[in-house]
Amino acid sequence: MFLSDAKIKDLEIKANDIRESIIEMLLEAGSGHTAGPLGMADIFTLFYFLILKHDPKNPLWDERDRLVLSNGHICPVLYATMAHAGYFPIEELKTLRKFSTRLQGHPHREYMPWLENSSGPLGAGLSQAVGMALADRIDKKDKDRFIYCFMSDGEHDEGNSWEAIMLAGKNKLRNLIAVVDRNNIQIDGFTENTMPLEPLVDKWRAFNWHVIEVSGHDFRAINEAIEEAQAIYEKPTVIIAHTIPGKGVHEFERDYKWHGKPPNPEEAKMALNELRTLGGKIKSEHQ
Amino acid sequence: MLNPNLKLNPKIFNEDVEQVPIRKGFGQGLLLAGEQDSNVVALCADLTESTQMIFFKEKFPERFIEIGVAEQNLVTIASGMAAMGKIPFCSSYAMFSPGRNWEQIRTTIAYNDRPVKIVGSHAGISVGPDGGTHQALEDIALMRVMPNMDVLSPCDAIEAKKMTLLLTNTGKPAYIRLVREKTPIITTEETPMQIGKAEIYWMPDVGLAQVGIIVTGGLFYRALLAAKELEVEGIKTKVMNLSSIKPIDVEAIVTLAKETKALVTVEEHQVAGGMGSVIAEVLVKNYPTPIEFIGVQDKFGQSGTPDELVEHYGMGKESIKEAVRKVLARKI
Repeated sequence: MFLSDAKIKDLEIKANDIRESIIEMLLEAGSGHTAGPLGMADIFTLFYFLILKHDPKNPLWDERDRLVLSNGHICPVLYATMAHAGYFPIEELKTLRKFSTRLQGHPHREYMPWLENSSGPLGAGLSQAVGMALADRIDKKDKDRFIYCFMSDGEHDEGNSWEAIMLAGKNKLRNLIAVVDRNNIQIDGFTENTMPLEPLVDKWRAFNWHVIEVSGHDFRAINEAIEEAQAIYEKPTVIIAHTIPGKGVHEFERDYKWHGKPPNPEEAKMALNELRTLGGKIKSEHQ
Repeated sequence: MLNPNLKLNPKIFNEDVEQVPIRKGFGQGLLLAGEQDSNVVALCADLTESTQMIFFKEKFPERFIEIGVAEQNLVTIASGMAAMGKIPFCSSYAMFSPGRNWEQIRTTIAYNDRPVKIVGSHAGISVGPDGGTHQALEDIALMRVMPNMDVLSPCDAIEAKKMTLLLTNTGKPAYIRLVREKTPIITTEETPMQIGKAEIYWMPDVGLAQVGIIVTGGLFYRALLAAKELEVEGIKTKVMNLSSIKPIDVEAIVTLAKETKALVTVEEHQVAGGMGSVIAEVLVKNYPTPIEFIGVQDKFGQSGTPDELVEHYGMGKESIKEAVRKVLARKI
């Protein structure tokens, strides 16, 4: 489906609202990750408002697509997108990381049962998605829905990731689609300094995956990539999405120091001002 | 005498008592579970024959997943399958699963609360010639500290079969510990078995027991022989089969402690953190009782025959008898 300019405008506004929520919830929480959530906001928006077969009012609907978040530390964007999509009240986002919240610092199914998985420790999400795809194949449901896995580039350092990649290739899991947040940073610095991943496309291809590279901030291109992935029948597909960590707030962009810390009140004010004025292009409508 | 109410193997003390590997009982149980419930699936990490998943694989090839030598993948894929309503049994050697993939089990199975059954075969020192790298002596400790996780250690192949069938319907994660070597058949198909319940298999003909022996897993037969010989010496014992380590039958343990006021625990595992530690935790809180712990004393294993190793590391019949005498002398 071709995305019209009007639809893209809609998605941009949604993504911007979600980014504002991310900044607000991190400020309130006083800890958490900033760069990854902002960088993945466009992709989460596209999935929850266009791609996913899901029903926020009936979150455990059995026929839904499954979205496994492997790198649980970017959960502020998951929570914010779910809230904006109608899973729970937006005000609840302010409870992130607080005692007895459903919005645990890293996702925990016990507190929010409609999460597909608990996560935080890296490298284990893709294999859970592989297990879901295998179960759907046994049940002959692999033509009815897709199993998506969002994963980080840094977690390619984990052996468990490659075990999953190898097994999915062997089993030609057609309904499995991985989306890699290729933002080039991890806690200790740039991925290519910490543990080089390139040539990443060649590596996935060598494990018998169909590989698509795309900008993680171009709604039309990502949508086309997903449609291509859905149409590939004989193998699993990975979409390597090149994202800008901290996207949307100029001060935070491309700086690995923003991987694991929240903004302080001044930084948050600056960030919200930038987001609310679309980088100074429009006058802020709300404070 | 053998507890007459439990329909135990009447030929148990015959020289030619039937011997079957406990892991084989699991293999038979899994096949039955697969026949009874189409949601049962099996995953294995390149050890399909030695973990006895082979029967299931041959009968239900479409429900069997070969993972290759990748234990982290083994349990995380099982978690994903459980998320879709499957009841996965995933097997490897205990040293590798849960030995290598503990955090994956914790996060994606226990924390995630997915009903995956982790099957650790070749546990204990009796793996024998393969040596210390392959002798899992820490797996009970690793698994019993995990919330949501049941921990089971059957005493023979028949009990392993029953447990496997029962596990299919618990709706929660579990670890089941199996040993490689043939061990004598102790129970029968009619012997009662419940997860969370401990049973007294051996008791004095008349009167109260002076010492309670609590055993888990493949050393059970040795403990029975020890009890029988001690009876000749004039020491009356009760021998409890504690195949369910978690959930634990507090009532049965406290009742035994109150009767005997002296206990010996027997397990093919490090004494630190194992079944004996569970008993100590239960009794310190409920009824403090002197205990002697039979198990491996903070050492790694080595190559040898199972019998040589069990004797060397102080878990043989004579060691059990000695521990009983010792704890009897400590009685307050």
